[in-house]
Amino acid sequence: MQHKVIDTKDVVIRFAGDSGDGMQLTGSLFADMSAIFGNELSTFPDYPAEIRAPHGTVSGVSGFQVHIGSEHITTPGDFCDLLVAMNPAALKANAKWLKRTAMVLIDSDTFDDAGLARAGFEGDPIAEMHIEDRTIIVAPITTLTHESLKDSGLDKKTIEKCKNMFTLGMACYIYNRPMEYIFQYLERKFGKKKPQLVEPNKKVLKDGFNYAANIQAIANTYSIEPADQPKGLYRNINGNQATAWGLLAAAEKANLPLFCGSYPITPATGILEELAIHKSLGAKTLQAEDEIAGICTAIGAAFAGNLAVTTTSGPGLSLKSEAMGLAVMTELPLVIVDVQRAGPSTGIPTKTEQTDLNQALYGRNGECPMVVMAAHSPAGCFDAAFNAAKIAIEHMTPVLLLTEGFLGNGSEPWLIPSMKDYPKIVPPFVQPNVPYKPFHRDPETLARKWAVPGMAGCEHRVGGLEKNHDGVISSDPQNHEMMVRERMEKVQRVANYIPELQVNGPEKGKLLVVGWGGTYGHLLSAVQEARAEGIDVSFAHFDYILPLPKNTEEVLGNFDRILVCELNSGHFVNYLRGVLPQYKYEQFNKVQGQPFLVQEIVAAIKENL
Amino acid sequence: MPRYTFKEFKSDQEVRWCPGCGDHGVLAALQRALPDVTEALGYNKERYVIVSGIGCSSRLPYYMNTYGFHSIHGRATAISTGIKVANPDLTVWQACGDGDALAIGGNHFIHAIRRNVDINIILFNNQIYGLTKGQYSPTSRFGAISKTSPYGTVEHPFNPGSLVLGAKGTFFARSLDSELKLTSEIMLSAAKHDGCSVMEVLTNCVIFNDGAHKLIADREVRADRTIILRHGEKMIFGKNRDKGIVLDGMGLRVVTIGENGITEDDILVHDAHSENVGIHMMLADMKYPEFPVALGIIRDVKDVTYDDGVRDQVAEVKAKSKIQCVDDLLRSGSTWEVK
Repeated sequence: MQHKVIDTKDVVIRFAGDSGDGMQLTGSLFADMSAIFGNELSTFPDYPAEIRAPHGTVSGVSGFQVHIGSEHITTPGDFCDLLVAMNPAALKANAKWLKRTAMVLIDSDTFDDAGLARAGFEGDPIAEMHIEDRTIIVAPITTLTHESLKDSGLDKKTIEKCKNMFTLGMACYIYNRPMEYIFQYLERKFGKKKPQLVEPNKKVLKDGFNYAANIQAIANTYSIEPADQPKGLYRNINGNQATAWGLLAAAEKANLPLFCGSYPITPATGILEELAIHKSLGAKTLQAEDEIAGICTAIGAAFAGNLAVTTTSGPGLSLKSEAMGLAVMTELPLVIVDVQRAGPSTGIPTKTEQTDLNQALYGRNGECPMVVMAAHSPAGCFDAAFNAAKIAIEHMTPVLLLTEGFLGNGSEPWLIPSMKDYPKIVPPFVQPNVPYKPFHRDPETLARKWAVPGMAGCEHRVGGLEKNHDGVISSDPQNHEMMVRERMEKVQRVANYIPELQVNGPEKGKLLVVGWGGTYGHLLSAVQEARAEGIDVSFAHFDYILPLPKNTEEVLGNFDRILVCELNSGHFVNYLRGVLPQYKYEQFNKVQGQPFLVQEIVAAIKENL
Repeated sequence: MPRYTFKEFKSDQEVRWCPGCGDHGVLAALQRALPDVTEALGYNKERYVIVSGIGCSSRLPYYMNTYGFHSIHGRATAISTGIKVANPDLTVWQACGDGDALAIGGNHFIHAIRRNVDINIILFNNQIYGLTKGQYSPTSRFGAISKTSPYGTVEHPFNPGSLVLGAKGTFFARSLDSELKLTSEIMLSAAKHDGCSVMEVLTNCVIFNDGAHKLIADREVRADRTIILRHGEKMIFGKNRDKGIVLDGMGLRVVTIGENGITEDDILVHDAHSENVGIHMMLADMKYPEFPVALGIIRDVKDVTYDDGVRDQVAEVKAKSKIQCVDDLLRSGSTWEVK
């Protein structure tokens, strides 16, 4: 058989196995290696809530999808070109994601009667999944790994753990990946602590690569050329890490210490963990006794003059509601990050959704407005967190930043910015020797001045009770209504300080696709695909939800129809219907704990023409 | 350093507690204690922050001319913790009630104590929800009649002292609302204590739970039914100073000096600084009529504080780390150049 190397624009690879098989690591290494090679990429970890679900069952399947390309990549891809299935359950859970032309690599050692039974197969798994027409590469990966390492001196259990490296080696062959990066990684990871593991892992990796080269089953390999990227220094970053770093950047620009009070919760914990590492930048992290203590310690820290942050996910946001009201009432700067997950209640903790928007906008007692914004990509979380902090501080208001599990865990290459290109953040500290009244406002922003304990002569009291401008408790009806309006107006005026809404595509037309948050990449791909088919469609994506960008009305008014796409039952579209009722809105919604597929959006666009 | 008087600590706000409310006594004690604290520790007035939750006692910050935060029900301890960790140079005082600190805020309360955050918590214990007009609280005695327990409660109360000591508290003291001088004295010691100080003040709610502490607090019986513990002094009490506490097997016992061959030498000497919590627990648990109720500082021991720990760790990591600014951070770890 003649071996061919086929140049291809992009490929999607999905690594799937038991949650203990190391699939997240395998996928990440493949992604990192591709990034360094110069490809564009996007990743999507899709893992179960259980740390080690029952071995070999469908519920325990952990997946990691990576989309690499020689052109701009905005999504982890709908369907895959290669599925690596380390056991029958992985095949069962993921066969639906196969392209018609896909290859499937399976570890035949795990496809025994017991393995098939655990996955719920009754007969031939290939036939049961109706994938006979795909290229199935059957390799006894477990046996080959043992064979490869029989003289390594490692015990059986340790050898077993190396089979993901064998698989990775095979994938490297199929996609012509240079393996040096992985060698360096293995040296970094094991070099000092477990040097005996470096050489065996390298050997398995190379043996996997050579095995793939020698068997006849793989007719062609693929080459994905480096993308034409802007020059500069790059790194991979996931959304939670980017959020943490954006907050650190804001603290530096504001010259304030960073305080984060949080309680561990999936999928937000990564932010707290990341901040806990960076004490050298002055970050104080407090792992609180509960979600309420998380936000309340942060509110205390804000009162004491820190850049205060609390991070959580949906159920935690519910618990924080009352304290969020306190932050609104005391008009203290506070950043609340909600990494949304599938709800309600505990829901599906590891799966992504946009179902907290209503809670973000309306989930508090009383008239309780705060700035609500969203991040639109993993690396975009950096700027989103930075801007959230800047607004919170300069406008003396809590800001709720919505990200999503899809963003928090997903990663992409990032052209590393320089802090000199970021704006200063100027806390509205009270001037010394000016009589201080806590709720006297800046005429432009309506922000109050910030007097921090320790400043002589500015002693004052804040709290949850309604007050007048002088900070004296008041239940006067007119005063209350005035303060309610001022707090709302203060949030609305943030619109004067945020970027206008951008339109991708023609500024006037029949159909405008609208989205917010982490669906950006999928929506952009879909709109571009539809336009390539000659469809008249444009796209506008919202990073700011409350307040809306100032030109929102103008942008929406230029289109006959507006199609709002979100991973919920229609929170944003209903919000728009309330704020700008003069336009005709269509909606496309999905609530499956999964990101959109580009093809679903394209279909929705066609239906709404 | 100016010498303050209680006047500087009084705000211009009208005090709105009911006439005869025990909270007046605590406020007066605090306003009298803070000038002494300020002098003893060399503080400025602007470094005080007084935090509260919700309830009658939580109005206290408005009556103090200091920085103040009147927060939400139960959360004062979490807010105090945040303030102190964010800026350890501040001196944080907290006013909270038995419902506020021990029911809705119980979790924050025990965890601040466990962490030993250097804050001073005044726990106003009137054994009732006053601001909501008379429901039983977690410290109401078993069987207490209230609006939500018209036939008597069927639940056991917390003893704040044993809760604090059980949570590894480093400072616990108890006073009465009417013992102004003792309360002020305790406050000064609490301020000097580096760590979480809890001062329980047994307060009287004249409207909804009048006389809750009457059995021990009435002037005529107080000397016989309470004992004021002072570190290094013998545990002697009574109008005639003839009663004392002795160790009897694994427990405590009240004895009369001069009876059954008991002399002053047999009486226990109070050691508030003892690491061993056993005897402090027994003292905090003493109940009338078997025992006098212990007032004064029951426990005052040294331990590392959370806020110092956080600050020191930041300084330590900063001194060692290669990452000194965000630009360093962004370029740390695995990166690659596109040329």
